[in-house]
Amino acid sequence: MTSFLQQLFNGLVSGSFYALLALGLAVIFGMLRVVNFAHGALYMLGAFGAVVLGDDAGLGFWWALLLVPAALAVAGMAMERLLVQRLTALDPLYNFLLTFGIALVCQDLLRMKYGSHSRPYDRAPFGGTVDLGLFDYPRYQVFVLAVSVVVCVAVWLLLTRTRIGTVVRASTERPELTRAFGIDTRRWVTPVFGFGVALAGLAGVLAAPMRAVNSDMGADLIITVFAVVVIGGLGSVFGSVVAGFAIGMIQALGNLYVPVLSQTSVYLLMAVVLLVRPAGLFGKEEHA
Amino acid sequence: MEDARTILATHNLCRDFHGFRAVNAVDLAVEEGTVHALVGPNGAGKTTLFNLLTGFLPPTAGGIRFAGTDITRLPPERIARLGVARSFQVTSLFAQMAVREHVELALQARSREKEGRRFWRSERLMRRFEAPAMDVLAEVGLAGLATRPAGSLPYGQKRALELALALALEPRLLLLDEPTAGMGLEDVDRTVALIARIRSGRTVVMVEHNMTVVGTLADTVTVLQRGEVLVTGPYRQVRQDPRVVEAYLGADVA
Repeated sequence: MTSFLQQLFNGLVSGSFYALLALGLAVIFGMLRVVNFAHGALYMLGAFGAVVLGDDAGLGFWWALLLVPAALAVAGMAMERLLVQRLTALDPLYNFLLTFGIALVCQDLLRMKYGSHSRPYDRAPFGGTVDLGLFDYPRYQVFVLAVSVVVCVAVWLLLTRTRIGTVVRASTERPELTRAFGIDTRRWVTPVFGFGVALAGLAGVLAAPMRAVNSDMGADLIITVFAVVVIGGLGSVFGSVVAGFAIGMIQALGNLYVPVLSQTSVYLLMAVVLLVRPAGLFGKEEHA
Repeated sequence: MEDARTILATHNLCRDFHGFRAVNAVDLAVEEGTVHALVGPNGAGKTTLFNLLTGFLPPTAGGIRFAGTDITRLPPERIARLGVARSFQVTSLFAQMAVREHVELALQARSREKEGRRFWRSERLMRRFEAPAMDVLAEVGLAGLATRPAGSLPYGQKRALELALALALEPRLLLLDEPTAGMGLEDVDRTVALIARIRSGRTVVMVEHNMTVVGTLADTVTVLQRGEVLVTGPYRQVRQDPRVVEAYLGADVA
């Protein structure tokens, strides 16, 4: 029983990363109809950002948590303005290729400068364990889970309880009607893209103290995240977060009980969801 | 052609799609306070013309003036804020959003007050738009359905809600793209009565296929054919024009 619960908790922690990354993808896809294939690379840049800030500037984890997502948000907005925006009027395939290309360029530049081995990051803000009643659990992992849950809930509230959220949701669902109301939908596109990228950066910084930081870390993770997004429903913010945590737990329990299936379970689930509900568990079919 | 009473005027307006001229040298003058119908067979360029007038498409050539302002290359949201509201040919609503919330969103977009533009403010601020939203809904007969999600309304009431949204923007010019398209007779009658009621104090330009509706509502009719203006005039006169009889009304009249 304890090992079951412990494994479930492991799943929630890896689900924290899936949820943050899928959330960023969902927000970007919702507003721009662009599937950002560079998302994994941006997560990797977030982790490297934390390492480089630590090694070269001597800045600790808390600084990284603040500065790296902010810097990536700016980089993301520049990327949207200078590149993505030029292709949005064309077939979505063009932005698929563009963002995939950006991911490859980022990975290779990092590999060129730092090699392909993992970089150590020893500036975790706290070590030790917390007593969760039935078992002890690393304090930092509990912190990651808490941050992820708080951020996901905050984004959810932002989208559903504030006017900016209403405008963003309206622009997402009916851009033409929203513009006919006199609302400039385009002014939200660039900030929303930057925000989605910042979420990837945040996940990267959170990963640095507990994951191997190397140029491939994003590429490895993002494939699962895309499966998460498909299962939750492309563009569904709620679905992405729920599916993120659920997939984390399914993988972890798979590890425990059916180790053979632990890696494939996600894709099996994705195939089943695509067969039964092509729009994803929480996605909407394309009509009103 | 353009005089003091003209609220909307186009000059030599053209739009090409990949070498095909969908709108060709259209000169249109809409008089303030009138209902002006655009008729013509499918493919005559009516909806393209609407999209040019509201900024959703840039023209290939020519110009558009609204209330003395050149709006030729303004984006849709700027044209909307100048006082031009439009409905869409295909029903366009937020499926999950409640009927009243639609109107509140339109009202707050319209609002010029400081609070109306502070996006970080709580949704609760929308409450102050609750009463005016209900007034607009009452005007189109939807007050009893205020809390229903728009996606669950029957077709005729969806179209009525779209009219309510256009009204909430308090436009000087109301552009309606086939307001009775796809409706049963009863809904058509209701919509005609509604438009007859809301037209007072407003200028309406409507694309419409139903000639009874055009005859009932329109002061002026412009017949379009292959992207060009065939004839413009009062309904009775246009109806008897030999070119129109031949090109469009032919089968009905003969």
